[in-house]
Amino acid sequence: MSDKDPKQPSRRDFIFLATGAFAAVGAASIAWPIVDQMNPDATALALSKIEVDISQLERGQAITVKWRGKPVFIRRRTEEEIQMASRVDIDSLPDNNARNYNLSPDSAASDENRSLDENGEWLVMVGVCTHLGCVPKGQSLGDSKGDFGGWYCPCHGSHYDTAGRIRKGPAAKNLDIPAAEFINQNVIRIG
Amino acid sequence: MSKESTYIPKSGFSKWFDQRLPLPRMLHDNINAFPTPRNLNYWYTFGGILTFCLVTQIVTGIVLAMHYTADAGLAFASVEHIMRNVNYGWLIRYIHAVGASMFFLAVYVHIFRGLYYGSYKAPREILWILGVVIYLLMVITAFMGYVLPWGQMSFWGATVITNLFSVIPVVGTTITEWLWGGFAVDNATLKRFFSLHYLMPFMIFGVVILHIWSLHVTGNNNPVGVSVKEKQDTVPFAPYYTVKDAFSLVCFLILFAWFIFFNPNILGHTDNYIMADPLVTPAHIVPEWYLLPFYAILRAIPSKLGGVLVMGAAIAILFILPWLDTSKVRSATFRPLYKQFYWIFVVNCIALGYLGSQNPEGLFLVASRICTAYYFIHFLLVLPILGLVEKPKPIPESITKAVLEKMEIRNMKEKSAEA
Ligand code: HEM
Ligand code: FES
Repeated sequence: MSDKDPKQPSRRDFIFLATGAFAAVGAASIAWPIVDQMNPDATALALSKIEVDISQLERGQAITVKWRGKPVFIRRRTEEEIQMASRVDIDSLPDNNARNYNLSPDSAASDENRSLDENGEWLVMVGVCTHLGCVPKGQSLGDSKGDFGGWYCPCHGSHYDTAGRIRKGPAAKNLDIPAAEFINQNVIRIG
Repeated sequence: MSKESTYIPKSGFSKWFDQRLPLPRMLHDNINAFPTPRNLNYWYTFGGILTFCLVTQIVTGIVLAMHYTADAGLAFASVEHIMRNVNYGWLIRYIHAVGASMFFLAVYVHIFRGLYYGSYKAPREILWILGVVIYLLMVITAFMGYVLPWGQMSFWGATVITNLFSVIPVVGTTITEWLWGGFAVDNATLKRFFSLHYLMPFMIFGVVILHIWSLHVTGNNNPVGVSVKEKQDTVPFAPYYTVKDAFSLVCFLILFAWFIFFNPNILGHTDNYIMADPLVTPAHIVPEWYLLPFYAILRAIPSKLGGVLVMGAAIAILFILPWLDTSKVRSATFRPLYKQFYWIFVVNCIALGYLGSQNPEGLFLVASRICTAYYFIHFLLVLPILGLVEKPKPIPESITKAVLEKMEIRNMKEKSAEA
């Protein structure tokens, strides 16, 4: 390196670049904490598991519980509701992924893959519309259940069927199924 | 300002001061002596009104922040505390809440004024773009402010709007959870919204300064859309327009006061007096009236990503408006076709606002789709084509000529009425 030859990079160029690079790395390393502080903090992340007693639930009834700040729908379906959901051709669904955390991510959206137990009686889903996050109607007896007898989101008109799959409206995905299991006959653990 | 300064320091002290910080000179040249077209009508007084609104929101907001508590468990009660216990708290909160609506009312008049008189055309493109930036910042500020009282509409409005980010492919959920600071709208969300709601009005203030700077470089547009050519086309801002602006502001304040004292809640939603409940969505979520047209556009599109993109495009298209309108004639007064399309566009926007307040089903949905399509057709087809096919009316040689002609016509009419 020679300071004389104007075509060659000089020592000064080198110092200039090195200083610039150093400042850029420094700025980035302080920017990240400022960005990351907004991410869910330790209390939000603390693995929350809840246990729900479902022994009082008759067929055709549903309850809503709160998990990680969100509603979770637990529904004990009637034979008719199961029939309605299993008759559907999966390929005709807007979203043919099961969206079930307990299964592999590419499972098909069949009714068996959506329900928690072998008989298909129990449906456990995050009660958050996959459009823009409203809580769909359909848990209470008097609620409008939409065109497919499951849930209806009044915010922008999404219709879910009796397996919580999106059938009509702006939402693109089926209702999410969280990690859930029966720890005994009467208790479901979510999370 | 590019014109020469007309400031003459009057005292020894002001001369001494002027040589060290020419702030009084800057204010004199830009406010008192600023040469302004002589034919500005009342639609041109809304800039002053908007400045007043911004200051009002900042002053009342700082006072509210002295009594408000940004905590999911306490926020709702603290707003009730402001309403019931704080001296004049009810008044200050109502000024702030109604003030947000009045601010948007004024900004819409201001924007549609610009659309009518072609104020976005050369050389005022940057001025226009800065205006759109201010509008965008206002929307974000008002949205965050509406979350603070932590009522049902606050909570569910925040949920729906923050969920818009989840449509971004791949990183959508990560971004949404980053915005929330959790897995749903919650305490962390409320706290950051309060912090940003406090900050953003000051950012708006900064952009307003750039907006006015740019205005003072290009000068005002005016109702005939002809550029200022000679000195007699203008009058000094003070006293001519300070008085006109003040009169207009007083009329505006009468309406403002009517809302505050007689109907403070009519523009809001009763559900917001119910505390936020994450398990129950209100039957009918609607944003504040000033965002309804965009809400209608969002819901008109049957796909989630599509709805968000089209809604974003509805604002984004305003940025490129100066290059979409191919007509060189500024004022709609001399554009017989544009004038008609302008009013169709106004009606279309009002219709979108109405549709945004209705359930998106049946005929309402069909109508929202038609109106959404027309919104874009106006910008993407009507404006470019009109400029090419329309035959403008003869344009006055100068502002002064136009003003004198108008007076002559008026005199003649009066005479014939007498006769
Ligand atoms: C561009 C200017 C501003 C706009 C458009 C705006 C808008 C709003 C809106 C719509 C609300 C909800 C009102 C309600 O329903 O109760 C609100 C609340 C609030 N704002 Fe602002 N604001 C602005 C400036 C400010 C500033 C500068 C501050 C603080 C320095 C502030 C502090 C607050 C506080 C503490 C609340 C919660 C109390 C309440 O809900 O009344 N605002 N704002
Ligand atoms: S949030 Fe459910 S349809 Fe939009």
